[in-house]
Amino acid sequence: MNFSWMAWTLPTALFFLTILALLIGMAVWEYVSPGGNPRVGILRFETTRGDRLFVSLLGSAFIHLAWLGLAGPNLWWALALSVVYAVGVFRFV
Amino acid sequence: MEKTWNNKAWFMVLPVLLLVAFSAVIPLMTVVNYSVQDTFGNNQFFWAGTEWFTEILQSERFHSALIRNLIFSFIILAIEIPLGIIIALNMPRKGLGVPVCLVLMALPLLIPWNVVGTIWQVFGRVDIGLLGHTLESLGINYNYVQNPLHAWFTVILMDVWHWTSLVVLLCYAGLVSIPDAFYQAAKIDGASRWAVFRYIQLPKMNRVLLIAVLLRFMDSFMIYTEPFVVTGGGPGNSTTFLSIDLVKIAIGQFDLGPAAAMSIVYFLIILLLSWVFYTVMTNYDAER
Repeated sequence: MNFSWMAWTLPTALFFLTILALLIGMAVWEYVSPGGNPRVGILRFETTRGDRLFVSLLGSAFIHLAWLGLAGPNLWWALALSVVYAVGVFRFV
Repeated sequence: MEKTWNNKAWFMVLPVLLLVAFSAVIPLMTVVNYSVQDTFGNNQFFWAGTEWFTEILQSERFHSALIRNLIFSFIILAIEIPLGIIIALNMPRKGLGVPVCLVLMALPLLIPWNVVGTIWQVFGRVDIGLLGHTLESLGINYNYVQNPLHAWFTVILMDVWHWTSLVVLLCYAGLVSIPDAFYQAAKIDGASRWAVFRYIQLPKMNRVLLIAVLLRFMDSFMIYTEPFVVTGGGPGNSTTFLSIDLVKIAIGQFDLGPAAAMSIVYFLIILLLSWVFYTVMTNYDAER
């Protein structure tokens, strides 16, 4: 099959592979520890670890967009901030 | 009886996953690919990095379309939700009036979007349209083609005409599900009409109202066909909402990179708002 029409590049392929790895990681985590670990965090409503991943990814996307719009094209600091944010979400939300 | 857990059941949803992959995931991945590249056609692409995202995020044109869209959605909700409640409250609950009203309410929802646009395009014309001609007769110099305020008035009126029925039907479904015992108890307590609405009808309609708000917000935020047919996004850019602007960039200008970047930003905003609405709805259910 020829996928050249999709115009794949290495960075976008790595991006999607990271997302895929995260999903596989979450599936393995669920297999090892079933139930999704629901809890009520600082947002005052129940979240599972899947919800926390979603909030982390969505928030990270907005952190990157805000960084691009306000600071500039160098996204390494935005990535670092996103990792800190994701750790915070998994710890407190 | 003990619940049976069998993970092989997941194979049953495999066809749906494949369908979603082909209809949504792969196209979305292609859009992400395009958003970091530039093309001049002939399926040749050049790496552009985050350039298009920076351009979109700092673009006055994008900001204006986003603000216009948010204002439009806010106005739509501010009109359609109260109007839908009022109409639903006044609809008959028994007799021949029920099917008549339900059919009348359902009619606008059955008309395709482009046909609705065409109807209102003709309806608003001063020479042959009933609305335009009537306003002209009343001494109002109405012209939705040249006056931005009139264009907004027409587009909002059209959306209210088309979609208030949905709110009405949802509210009506919520109202008819209230048992008569509630009303009898209110009557014994001597509750006023307002008290009945505030403490019986409104709480019972809360869930359907949340669905109505969610549906109407998402629909109005993604509106394309009706305003495009009526005003084409004009006069000037006064009714150019995000989706109209997106199509202009992607198809009109064939700027696939900026259009893809804009699509992703647009998608993320919709995803965020959908998540907020979904969270509010599910948590309200959990509290109840």
